[in-house]
Amino acid sequence: MSQHDLVCTVNGKRRSARVAARTTLVDFLRDELRLTGTHVGCEHGVCGACSVLLDGAPVRACLLLAVQADGADIVTVEGLAPDAEGLSVLQDSFWELHALQCGYCTPGMLIAAQALLNANRAPTEHDIRDAIGGNLCRCTGYKQIVDAIALAAERLRGANLPQRGSDAG
Amino acid sequence: MKPVDFDYERPVSVDALCRRLAEAREDAKIIAGGQTLVPLLAMRLARPALLLDINRIAALDGIAAGDGFVAIRACTRQAAALAHETVRSRAKLLAKALKHVGHGQTRNRGTIGGSIANADPAAEIGLAALALDAALGVRSVRGERTIAIRDFFRGAMETALAPDECLVEMRLPVWRDNAVGTGFHEMSVRHSDFALAAAAVQLALDAGGVCRRIAISIGGAAATPLRMAEAEKRLVGTRLEERDIADAGALVRDAIAPLPDPHASALYRRRVAASLAERAIAEARDEARAA
Repeated sequence: MSQHDLVCTVNGKRRSARVAARTTLVDFLRDELRLTGTHVGCEHGVCGACSVLLDGAPVRACLLLAVQADGADIVTVEGLAPDAEGLSVLQDSFWELHALQCGYCTPGMLIAAQALLNANRAPTEHDIRDAIGGNLCRCTGYKQIVDAIALAAERLRGANLPQRGSDAG
Repeated sequence: MKPVDFDYERPVSVDALCRRLAEAREDAKIIAGGQTLVPLLAMRLARPALLLDINRIAALDGIAAGDGFVAIRACTRQAAALAHETVRSRAKLLAKALKHVGHGQTRNRGTIGGSIANADPAAEIGLAALALDAALGVRSVRGERTIAIRDFFRGAMETALAPDECLVEMRLPVWRDNAVGTGFHEMSVRHSDFALAAAAVQLALDAGGVCRRIAISIGGAAATPLRMAEAEKRLVGTRLEERDIADAGALVRDAIAPLPDPHASALYRRRVAASLAERAIAEARDEARAA
């Protein structure tokens, strides 16, 4: 069994480990680092439940070997919230608009949506649907998820507006 | 499922990669983006003893515009190619095809060369490359060679690559004609799913609006993407009126014999492929007329 050293950053923390070549990134995150927020669904790249940000880009953690993430900066769903108690604007929007039922797809949806919002502050409904096109949800019918992402985008745009009077000059 | 155990190495150069491929012979498999290979590993349909990871070989990444061609290195990410100005302006058919390749999350990892080398019958990149008469640059310890894409696909997931060879580059000829148009249409159960059928078309019109050249390829309808020689012949020299395009569609329908699968019957696939070809031809015609 070939074992490999791995050093990466996960949610801002430097992590080092020794992994078997065949260990996928999602199994490493869940089983070694105990970050079980990232879910494993299909294990072959279809469902999107295991999505994480790899150097800022959303990818399937089940289609990446952990050893391939050596040197990478990874953000999982645990890294989205500002602190252990709070929710991010996006997570709060999901909560407010009932954008989850069983919750299995939610971590992947949040990662895909966060990647969209990081790149596009004013996404159209088409942009939103395209961004979560690789994530399956069997409960909601997607409507509330799309609405929640749109709400988060709106709130985040508002948060970035300059204060009245402070932008003169 | 989990993959069976394997060894893993990260060659630092194409030379080192070729040496390891030659030593390992058929026990080794190259891993690039992993978007085709890792599912095969997980389902244990592939059981290589050794994976050779080419993701950090800088010489295998990048896009360059040459005189009359666009060269895309094998390990270039699909997302990077889709965003690249040279691809958008000089290889527009590939850019159109790339929008249908998986979705954002898989395009962020999946590579141009990986899609070609894995030769999935429904893959869009190979389909566009076939219409464009791509030339594939291949290396091994025995030297370099170029394989025309027409000779590359041998069957579903089977190619002309020898076990000790690696794909290093795809060259797409750029047509010099003034009025060039492209069309790409695909039918799948949901956007980003595997294509039940897909059509890629590139054509050139002369100053009088007559079709000088046309390339039509159909994917998802056989074990490999196919060029539609009869339909192409029917359209060269015409003004691509609706009647001409309908005739070409009928020739496409006659030229393919797709297999049924749980999503679509053989008859449905044939009819859809013909319709998609007609739409792609019309799209390419309108684009060329506006050029």
